Amino acid sequence: MSDYSNLKTEEMVLNMGPQHPSTHGVLRLEIKLDGELIVEVKPHVGYLHRCFEKHCEAMTYPQIVPYVDRMDYLASMSNELGYAIAVERLMGIQVPERVEYIRVIMAELQRIASHMVALGTYGLDIGAFTPFLYLFADRERILSIFEETCGARLLYNYIWVGGLSHDLHPDFIRKAKEFVTYFRPKITELNNLLSYNKIFIERTANVGILPIETAINYGMTGPNLRASGLKWDLRRDDPYSIYDKFEFDIPVGKGWVGTLGDCWDRYFVRVLEMEQSLNILDQALAQIPDGDVTSAIPKRIKPAERQIYTRVENPRGELGYFIVSKGGLQPHRVKVRPPSFISLGLMNELCKGHLVADVIAILGSIDIVLGEVDR
Amino acid sequence: MKSHEEIYNLLKEKFGDAIGQSITNLPVESFIEVSPLKIHEISYFLRDDNELLFDNLMLLSGLDDMNDKKVKQEDGSIADVPGTLSVVYHIESTSFRHKIVLKCSCPKDKPEVESVNSIWRSADWNEREAYDMFGIIFLNHPDLRRILMPYDWEHGFPLRKDYKNPEFYQGMKVPY
Repeated sequence: MSDYSNLKTEEMVLNMGPQHPSTHGVLRLEIKLDGELIVEVKPHVGYLHRCFEKHCEAMTYPQIVPYVDRMDYLASMSNELGYAIAVERLMGIQVPERVEYIRVIMAELQRIASHMVALGTYGLDIGAFTPFLYLFADRERILSIFEETCGARLLYNYIWVGGLSHDLHPDFIRKAKEFVTYFRPKITELNNLLSYNKIFIERTANVGILPIETAINYGMTGPNLRASGLKWDLRRDDPYSIYDKFEFDIPVGKGWVGTLGDCWDRYFVRVLEMEQSLNILDQALAQIPDGDVTSAIPKRIKPAERQIYTRVENPRGELGYFIVSKGGLQPHRVKVRPPSFISLGLMNELCKGHLVADVIAILGSIDIVLGEVDR
Repeated sequence: MKSHEEIYNLLKEKFGDAIGQSITNLPVESFIEVSPLKIHEISYFLRDDNELLFDNLMLLSGLDDMNDKKVKQEDGSIADVPGTLSVVYHIESTSFRHKIVLKCSCPKDKPEVESVNSIWRSADWNEREAYDMFGIIFLNHPDLRRILMPYDWEHGFPLRKDYKNPEFYQGMKVPY
């Protein structure tokens, strides 16, 4: 028998990215390994940095709307909604009821579309190729609805400060309702195809466990926080727009197949959230009133000297805008709290002690968009 | 749930001079001015006091107050007095649902603020970003490096109001 005790071992640094398909963009991870165990993960970000916040200081308030589209490019509608609400509160603008309804419908459709990408690419990361195609085909239906409404598939410039760029087309309600009925059974299909797949569960259950105290302390929000067991949803806990009019449930992680707050919980909370978004859509589409959507758009936006922080529940968590006005036509400062940026700060904590293959599973489960991390 | 005034009075009683004015600019946001070298101690109290339990730092942002002044000196020449840089903390409690905004300002020529990284870990990357964009030094931060700008960026801090684009970057003319 050979004696291995005097074999020398040393830590190895493995570089992952910036050009790597499962980093979901241009992210570089510097992984320190001891054998196959992870000692430390250092994320390096900034490859997509385009100084959004500096741009804002040279723009008037309405000009910023197309720029916020480009942060989280999978959830542009939600970004616009957050920005519009922030400036409206800064100015004290009340928007017509029809606008609020359309905004909620758009934001919820966007949430479903964004979760579809998250879940599809997560399966892809783990090695399941088929669900990805199914989900992207369905996402195409939402994008078509958006395209018919505002002419763009990803970057809409639709929700403006004080209103919308234009009203819905006459066929919108029918098409949206059709989508809701079409998509409901598809969730069960996804569950059979991916969620309860044995290989998928083996890869994700009990991996990357995030206890609730750590999650709050690190500022984790959105589905990632709810997967750890805290019932915290800004749509209910810090209500904005007209979310208080709708009945919906807030799904939280329960440790269904493994431990509370593991990767599978984070995955499954998103699946359940899609269902809740469909419920909200059902109610909103049935109740939508008539009205003018451009009547409250101000001709000139020039808030008094004040500051405000508003936040909305984006598909990826709490998106906040901190806007400081010095009384001019341009903001003095716009600071964004991007949910992915904060989530990514937790990578090291989540990965420590896991195997190198689990990095992919963990990174996919916190669902980041690099356009938003780097701004 | 406590109101802004109640929290202000509690802090004032406990920390005295370290707490500055309470700016109430209703209907929009109110904030409390805090000494930059006491912020760690104050944050610790805010997080761990049983009546407050501020467990979530929503946002930490840097801010250039743009209050540089030109002062006429005795001999008639005009001297620049550098303004202040600020750090704004938006904190909330997930159990009591109350929120508070703190702001600490430091002079531009010595921008030093205590880090709150050991209290709310979400401050880690936010503080690095504030350093990157404004050059605010966070004392006792374990890993204060640039985060969004290139690590070798030598041309100052881009979000300061007096920032000027460099003429050359890595030997390339800007704009090229």
